[in-house]
Parts: sequence; structure tokens; C-alpha cells
Amino acid sequence: MKIDRRWIYLAIGIVVFIPMLVYLGFPIRVTKEVRSVYERIDSLPPGTVVMVPMEYDPATMAELQPLAYAVLRHCFSKDLKVITTSLQIEGVTIIKEDLEMIAAEYGKKYGIDYVFLGYKPYPGIVILNMGENFRKPFPRDYYGNELDSLPMMKGVYNYSSCALILNINATSGVDYWINYANGRYKAPLAIGVTGVMVSDYYTFLSSGQIFGLIGGLKGAAEYEKLINHVDLACRAMDVQSIAHSVIVLFIVIGNIAFFATKKRKKSI
Amino acid sequence: MESPDLGIVLWYTFAAFLTLSIFSFLYKDNPFYRLAEHIVVGISAGYWIAILYHTSLQDLWIEPLTKNVLVLFTPGGPFLLECSRVLINIIPGVMGLLMFSRFFPGISWLSRWPIAFYLAITAGVNLPLYLQSFTVRQMQATMIPLEGSTWKIFCDVTIIVGTICGLAYFYFSKKHKGVLGGMAKLGIWILMIGFGSTFGYTVMSRISLLIGRFRFLIDWFNLVVNYIKA
Amino acid sequence: MKRELPLMIVLIFGTFMAFQYFVPHRISSDLYQEFNNWTIIIGIFAMVVGIGSLISLHYNRIKFKKPGWGYSTVTIVCLIGMMSIGLIGGTENDLFLKLYRHGLAPVTSTMFSLLAFFIASAAYRAFRARTILATLLLLAAVVVMLGRVPIGEILTGWLPRPLQFSEISNFLLYVPNTAAKRAIFIGVGLGVAAMSLKIILGIERTWLGGEGRK
Repeated sequence: MKIDRRWIYLAIGIVVFIPMLVYLGFPIRVTKEVRSVYERIDSLPPGTVVMVPMEYDPATMAELQPLAYAVLRHCFSKDLKVITTSLQIEGVTIIKEDLEMIAAEYGKKYGIDYVFLGYKPYPGIVILNMGENFRKPFPRDYYGNELDSLPMMKGVYNYSSCALILNINATSGVDYWINYANGRYKAPLAIGVTGVMVSDYYTFLSSGQIFGLIGGLKGAAEYEKLINHVDLACRAMDVQSIAHSVIVLFIVIGNIAFFATKKRKKSI
Repeated sequence: MESPDLGIVLWYTFAAFLTLSIFSFLYKDNPFYRLAEHIVVGISAGYWIAILYHTSLQDLWIEPLTKNVLVLFTPGGPFLLECSRVLINIIPGVMGLLMFSRFFPGISWLSRWPIAFYLAITAGVNLPLYLQSFTVRQMQATMIPLEGSTWKIFCDVTIIVGTICGLAYFYFSKKHKGVLGGMAKLGIWILMIGFGSTFGYTVMSRISLLIGRFRFLIDWFNLVVNYIKA
Repeated sequence: MKRELPLMIVLIFGTFMAFQYFVPHRISSDLYQEFNNWTIIIGIFAMVVGIGSLISLHYNRIKFKKPGWGYSTVTIVCLIGMMSIGLIGGTENDLFLKLYRHGLAPVTSTMFSLLAFFIASAAYRAFRARTILATLLLLAAVVVMLGRVPIGEILTGWLPRPLQFSEISNFLLYVPNTAAKRAIFIGVGLGVAAMSLKIILGIERTWLGGEGRK
């Protein structure tokens, strides 16, 4: 059944656009791998330092920004101290703005409650150096302050000063966090990745190299449900559900047409 | 409701124009799409240079070098130690500048030195760590004690057999016949399930990105309507 | 010197970095951090070289009035403009941030969102259960697609738990998918280690370019 692909594009456009106008509130089931991240962060006492490196850019922010918001809200609501970096060059500005926005919601002060180290190229090398001392690759933070001048950074030297690392990553740099931060420095690590990547990392979850895995917008929706803050991701799940159903329908129709054509050709 | 600023409305309209220009590619390639594409290539490259300079080059090279050179020219202090500090700062800068020799065919071979250094560091670091994390730890995780409920034992056996058969599929030094052939066949079945799972999640990922853009367009539309109403 | 010195650099520094992993001494650790920093600095210049190549490409198009040279002019103007604003005004400059937020961000996001349309079109046109393997792939994809979103819960929530899409997709991800990806990653680990060793020992020389093959 040959159809001009533009009709399919139009169908997808309509199917995604229309449900966005109404929030249906479909139920969201929380998975074990997301719950383990939530429970680990939730169990930390106030004042604990956690590291939340974020590596997404405008191309992937639709998937990972809701997760970043949910995680930062959780950390700030628990009065945890957050160290962030952004080792993806095109994401530096969005991540800085996201961090400032969520911190302002909770009245958090820069340098006391959170620190943004900024960007340096070659994430693998930076991750290795941070394992020795944050000050080596980052003598100053993003805003130009020397790290030692920030109250929060007193006594905080490397990964061993952080209770855990939750890396929100849209790039293959997540392998560096697993190999270097966890492999060499044994830092407790959880990852939040895009949907394209998530199925690859179940093997690291199984081996214990990561203690949690949050995948795509669905993972973000689960996290929003756990922190009782319905936002972008939960609202998007209705749209996802309908879009997925339509795509499955396309696959079924395509296959029915294929087998019908095959049968007709055989009978001829 | 407070009226949005005209400046904000114009900037958002510019962003919406670029968004719709890119979407127009779905109909067919056209000058609006090409214009948007070329604008973003230029802005992106300019952004990279600015960020690299302010967040990286200044911090890691220019400032330490300037500071150490000033200390060197200040009387007093251990001269050899100060010289060595300046040298430690100069070497990576010189190697970095050698990268520009690529633009001059006669001396482009000089760029091999910094490339050699970069390769040496990354290869040296990766050798033990990739072996440990990707190979040894994964093999360790496959050596699962078969205990617990029947379902758990079934899952563990599936993982062990699936991993071994998957590896057998990728072993191309021997023909896939007999026992190896059977293992490779089971391996490819397991791999197909893995790739199917990846495809399922990939669809979710792509739809999420589209949701993000449509959300922006809805916000832009609401902004324009509010401005006009005000 | 054109070949020998780079190969010596790779051998000496590569061996040091590989063995440094096992040497916890302070001097070893200090040298390791310093070499890592050098790599970052070299990397910054390498990225600038990349951007230089881009400028060179577009400049040649404008100079020789090749097809599309008008667009190349737009690229160069935007590049110089953004670079000047960022270098002179800093990365917190209002205009710099606005150009990023309303210029770069929407286009990059939209380009990637086009993939949603392409994947739907590909799913309809190419995803066929022609063979057993293709059927396995298709079934796994459909189960995960429906099981990982709320619609799976709605369609199969009334069934016994082991038959629900969400439980089946969990099983697929935790068991056969884990086995498959584990086999791939073990291979990747061995491959990276082999390639790293080949580079350090000078067996792999393609990075030297044409003259390196002599």
C-alpha cells in the first residue's frame, strides 16, 4: 500500500498536537530502576553534597530537561547541596538557566546551596581529573569564582566528598562516567539518559555499576510522580501513549498490506 | 494579565519562524529551511568559540601562564622552580598552536605531535578502564549463582546463555557450523530482542522531542494572542 | 622525525598513563592530572581548528561563487557576529543569550524533532515481519512501545500481572536485552583495549596520515 510519506507526517503531526491541548491524566506506573534513585536521594540527610552533572543540549532538552527539573526540585526540597557541571558545550547556557530557575523556586543561594562548575572540553579527561580534585579541571566555577572562595566547596574535593552522582546525559559521555567515575573512583552512580540510549544501560544496572537508571520522558514522568509534582513529563505521557498506539497501528496496517500483496502475487 | 514585552514577542516570533522553517522540510527542501540551517551553523560556531574562550582557555591556560610569567619577572623566589612552572604552562599551548599547522600543507606534519599526545593519553587511560568496566565487570555479573525461585533461575539462565550465545554470534574467526552455529543462531535471536527493545524506546525518544517543539509553538501562539489582546 | 617522534610520544605517554592506573604514588598522580590538563588545552585548540575548517569551506564557496554562496555569507556573518558578541560582551551578555535561546536552541531542537516523523514513516514503510528474526524484533519493539507508556496499562491492566505489557516489557529489558547488550559491551571492551594497545605500540598508524603508511 504505497502512500506518499507526507500523509504519514501529517497524521503524526495531528496525533501529537491534538492531545497536547487537553490533559487526560493517564496512570503512570513507577519502575524499580527509577524508584531506587528516588529512594537513595530521599534517604540523604540535609546538607549532604550530591553531584548532578547534566549533559543535554537543545536537541535533547525536550526529554531530559523535565528530568533535570524533577531531580533538582527533589534535591533542593531535601536541602541537599548540589554540584553541577555541563560537559556538553551546546547545553551550558540552558543548564545554567535551568539550575538558576529551580534554585530560585526554593530560595537557594549560589555558592552556599549549589555550585555550577561550568564547561570544559573532552569530558572523559575532565571526569578523570575531577576524581582527583574538582579544582584541577575547574580552578574557577562558571561565573569566574575561585572554588575555594565558595562556602559550599570547603572540604569538598572530589567524588568521595559527594554522596552520589546522578548523571543526566544525552551523549555517549555517560560511558566515561561509568568507566571513570565509577570504574576508577568507585563513586555511587545513577544515570538519566534519553530513550535511544536507555536499553543499553540495563546491563550496567544488572552488574551493579549503576544503582539506578532513568530513561527518557517516561522516566522523568515517573520521577515527577514520586516527588508529587505533575509537570511537563507527566502531561506528555498522554501524548506519548496516543502517538505510540498510532505508530503500532501503522506497523500493523503495513504488515497486513504486505502479507495481502504477497498472497495475491502467489495466487497469480 | 500583564502584557508581554514587544521585544520578547519579536524574539519568540523569530524562534517560531525558524522552527516552522525547519518543519517546512517535511513538505520539501526549500530556501527557508536552508536559511535556518545556515543561520544555526553560524551561530553555533560563534557560540562554541565564545564558550571555549571564556570557560576553558582563560581558566586553564591564559590565566595560569600570565600569573607564572609575572611571578618569574618579579625579583626574588626560586628561579628554576618558577621557570619550570612557566614551561609547564607553555608546552600545552605550543602543542595546541601546532594544531593550526594543518592549514599549511608544507608544515602540516607538525600537527601530528599534539595528536600523538592526545591519542597517547586517551589510549593509555582507556586500556585498563574499558577492560575493567566493559569486559571484566560484565563477565563477573554473568557469573550468577543459580539460586532462588524457579522464575529467577530461569531469568538468570537466560542471561548467562544469552550472553554466551551473543558472544558466539560475534566470533567470526570460525565458520558458524555445528555447536557454534547453533549458539550463534540463538545469539542472534537474543540480539534481535535487544534491538527491538532499543527501537521501541527510540520511538518514545523521538516523539518526546516532537512534543517539546509543539509545546513551544503553543506557548508562542498564546504569547502572541495575549499581546494582541493587551 | 615526521613519523618517529609522534610514535615515540604515543609509546612513552601511553605506557605511562596505562601503568599510572596501578601506581597510587603522589608524583604519579600529579603527573597524571597535569597531562590530563594538557590534553584539555590541546583539545580547545583542536576545536578551534575545526571551526577554522568550517570558515575556510564557506569562504571558498563565497570566493568562487559556488552554488549556495549566499547561504555561506549568512553563515559567516552569523559566526562573526555571535563570536564577537560572546568574546567582547562575555557569555552572560543579554544579546548573546537571546541569540542562543531564540536562534540556536529552536533550530537544533526542531531538526531533531523531525526524526519523529521519519521514524513513523519508516515504521509504516519498512518494518515488515518477513523472517522470524524480523518478527522477533517487531514484537519486542511493539511490546516495549506499548508497555513503557500508560496505554499499556490501560490496554492490559485487567489481565493477570505476568501478562500485562508493562511486566512483559520489564522482562524483555531486564533479561534478553541485558544479555544482548552485555555481549556487545564485552566485545566493545575487548575492542577498545586492543585498539588502545595497537595505538600505544605503534601498530595502528592511520592517524599519522598518508606519510605514516611508509
